[in-house]
Amino acid sequence: MILQIKNQCISEQLQSQVLRAIDEQMSLNIVAGNSKRFLGRSVQAKCRVLDISAHCGIIEYNPCELVLTARAGTPLKEVEKILAENGQMLPFEPPHFAGGATLGGAIASGLSGPRRPYAGSARDLVLGCKLLNGRGEILRFGGQVMKNVAGYDVSRLMVGAYGTLGVLLEISLKVLPRPVVSTTYCHECKPEAAIRFMNDLLRRALPVDGACYYKGQCYVRISGSQQAVTTASNDIPGEALSYQSHFWQNLRDHQLSFFQTNTSLWRISCKPATAPIKIKGIAAVNDWLLDWGGAQRWLVGDIEAGRVRDPVLSQGGHTTCFRGIKNNVDVFQPLSQPMLTLQQRLKKSFDPLGLFNPGRMYAAL
Amino acid sequence: MTNAEQRRQFIKELGLLLPFDALLTEVEEMRPYECDGLSVYRRLPMAVALPDQVEQVQAIMRLCHEYKVPVVARGAGTGLSGGALPLENGLLLSLAKFNRILNIDPANAQATVEPGVRNLAITEAAKPYNLYYAPDPSSQIACTIGGNVAENSGGVHCLKYGLTVHNVLQVKIITIEGELMTLGSETLDSPGYDLLALITGSEGMLGIFIEIIVKLLPIPERAQVVLAAFDDVEKAGEAVGAIIAEGIIPAGLEMMDKLAIQAAEDFVHAGYPRDAAAILLCELDGSNAEVSEQIMTVRDVLKKQGATEVRTAKDEAERQRFWKGRKSAFPAVGRLAPDYYCMDGTIPRYQLPIVLKRINDLSAEYGLPVANVFHAGDGNLHPLILYDANKPGELEKTEAFGSKILEFCVAVGGTITGEHGVGMEKIDQMCVQFQSAELSQFHAVKEAFDPERLLNPGKAVPTLQRCAEFGAMHVHHGQLKYPELERF
Ligand SMILES: Cc1cc2nc3c(=O)[nH]c(=O)nc-3n(C[C@H](O)[C@H](O)[C@H](O)COP(=O)(O)OP(=O)(O)OC[C@H]3O[C@@H](n4cnc5c(N)ncnc54)[C@H](O)[C@@H]3O)c2cc1C
Repeated sequence: MILQIKNQCISEQLQSQVLRAIDEQMSLNIVAGNSKRFLGRSVQAKCRVLDISAHCGIIEYNPCELVLTARAGTPLKEVEKILAENGQMLPFEPPHFAGGATLGGAIASGLSGPRRPYAGSARDLVLGCKLLNGRGEILRFGGQVMKNVAGYDVSRLMVGAYGTLGVLLEISLKVLPRPVVSTTYCHECKPEAAIRFMNDLLRRALPVDGACYYKGQCYVRISGSQQAVTTASNDIPGEALSYQSHFWQNLRDHQLSFFQTNTSLWRISCKPATAPIKIKGIAAVNDWLLDWGGAQRWLVGDIEAGRVRDPVLSQGGHTTCFRGIKNNVDVFQPLSQPMLTLQQRLKKSFDPLGLFNPGRMYAAL
Repeated sequence: MTNAEQRRQFIKELGLLLPFDALLTEVEEMRPYECDGLSVYRRLPMAVALPDQVEQVQAIMRLCHEYKVPVVARGAGTGLSGGALPLENGLLLSLAKFNRILNIDPANAQATVEPGVRNLAITEAAKPYNLYYAPDPSSQIACTIGGNVAENSGGVHCLKYGLTVHNVLQVKIITIEGELMTLGSETLDSPGYDLLALITGSEGMLGIFIEIIVKLLPIPERAQVVLAAFDDVEKAGEAVGAIIAEGIIPAGLEMMDKLAIQAAEDFVHAGYPRDAAAILLCELDGSNAEVSEQIMTVRDVLKKQGATEVRTAKDEAERQRFWKGRKSAFPAVGRLAPDYYCMDGTIPRYQLPIVLKRINDLSAEYGLPVANVFHAGDGNLHPLILYDANKPGELEKTEAFGSKILEFCVAVGGTITGEHGVGMEKIDQMCVQFQSAELSQFHAVKEAFDPERLLNPGKAVPTLQRCAEFGAMHVHHGQLKYPELERF
């Protein structure tokens, strides 16, 4: 398939930049669209920028195979456009935030949008990758097929590693048909009731692909064939939401008014049926937004990290200080010492000199 | 561990950690553990341990670490790549006694189980809550969830519902140092590197799974299967792409060729058309309305693609019968010859015609018949080569034929194993699929978990030296350069 989009391979240039960095023992700050610059710890000082945005273009896409392979610097917009033209989509709905997001950044940060509990996460959909490790070697793992158990699953390990294990060069992903119809219903309820309702949906075979609770309203998206959506709508209470509201896209990209705040934004990952988490000084409804049917919760407010982290941890969840980090708190949930040691060993196995994005995830990685 | 004295001492200390009947050292009692589902490789271990407490496993691992005794984990031993093949100087650690379902949490749709729980037992336990565990390897009545995680097993429903890796939330492992660690979490992600993804499919090389939390799904309101017959294998292959092009992701999409159809028909009377060159089984599930609509579409597509017959199972009993034929394809084909050898390559689906042609040509060249069973939706082929191990040289010929198939899968952009793992069996083909820098990276990953390489050593990832020798073997066209080398 011939594509009109920007298409350029600079993997050899990137490789020589990494080799030079090895020679000079100079750390590298890997960037592409820079749409997630706010996220994570700031990379330790004295780093050279390794810009991969010029390494872009879709390499292979055959809709019947449900697989797309593209260079890491390819803008998500371009990937989504060509998929849409063929009636397909990236099932994990990666956030674009303010725009300019690339495929490599989406995979390196491993973030997924509202459809995640129902269609899988970024890591679930990765099939293979080509990467540059900290020895300056170009390696390929996984492939362009759905099933592949030859060797350790290094491709999925790259997802959410924030570039600290290697420079992603190419990524192959599983893609899926875009549902023919999608409708959202919205009803008013208390948070407890919303959590119960959204979790009941998990036990019923309904074509739900989004469930969120925001400002006292529970939003449920159902998608599929016309028949399926019409029938399922009998089971979902509330009013149909206008298509023009772009609710899910605004949720995905943090454009809803909830996110427009100068205070810290916390991301809480918990078991979906976890009862509303009570934190002193935080309003039970307005300071929370529940996505992923209750499994991903957002919290706004300037509160001390321990007061968010402790109650979440005690319920088996974990937290990220997503935006507006104050007082040098750990961005990601601190790891236990044995776990950190194992992760450091793993980091060393890919990047023995610690060149890639040092400190972006944890000070010790 | 080198000498007999140390060996005695090790066994003695091991005996102190386990009840009398949980440690086997006599040849006769260890026999059942000498091989897994790939029985052409057999070897007795130094001892077999059958613990049933987490602390026992921790203590065993510490002892093995201290004595530098390699450890091979074993679930049900249904693996098809020799992954659980014992090592002569090693301990075989059976997890079979860890067979308790610890918790079903319907509110969060998850189940906590021990590693020795059988795959199907999870689905049975979840049924009262209208839930089930999706990955369904054909061996599901016997294989364990621990083995499934170690192999990243698939099943006939993984096109829509994913492999093991997509359906596991958390595992607790015991490291070679005896440390208990939790990877993943009960939530949808976990902080730090995704070690859960890395350890899924790691074939017992990185840690021992001791507890697993799996995701459960609601039982679909309706499941319906359509059977289509074709007079040409290629047409059947094209029909698969055509269904997907309609925007439908079937729950299962399986293909069988003539030999497999006839074998299955003779074995379980599934109701397959015996004279077809290929059949497709296409399962659709979801809400009643959705399934009705999709059946119509799929039937139309199949007819348009030249199916000679399209049949929708008329009731649940017929649907079960259609699947029974497919799920018993291996034993059914097994009745056609004294032995069969199951391959497991995956290819991009559009390459199917040339791969099938190549398999046919090779079959003629080697004089060995092949039956093809195929997870068509996700491109995973299972050619079953029929042979007779009692005929001198026939096993070697079969293995050579099998390697050729796998190498061709790599050549067309696929892989040497879709779901059965590398184990001992495909270790040389790893040299075809990966470059030395990639293999070195795998070794480095292993060292992060197991610096002394005591967990299932010698499996899954070949040494560079082995690959160099394998390459040399290739150059010499089957005339082995190093006949004395171990060559499984
Ligand atoms: C008739 C038949 C049909 C099959 N169909 C399918 C199929 O459709 N799809 C499919 O994917 N596979 C299939 N298989 C292969 C096999 O059943 C799977 O690989 C299965 O997951 C193996 O599980 P097991 O408990 O028997 O593991 P074993 O064979 O005992 O072990 C397999 C590997 O896992 C490791 N292991 C086992 N338990 C643990 C543990 N607790 N911790 C760490 N490592 C462990 C072992 O060391 C070994 O490397 C089939 C096999 C047969 C015989």
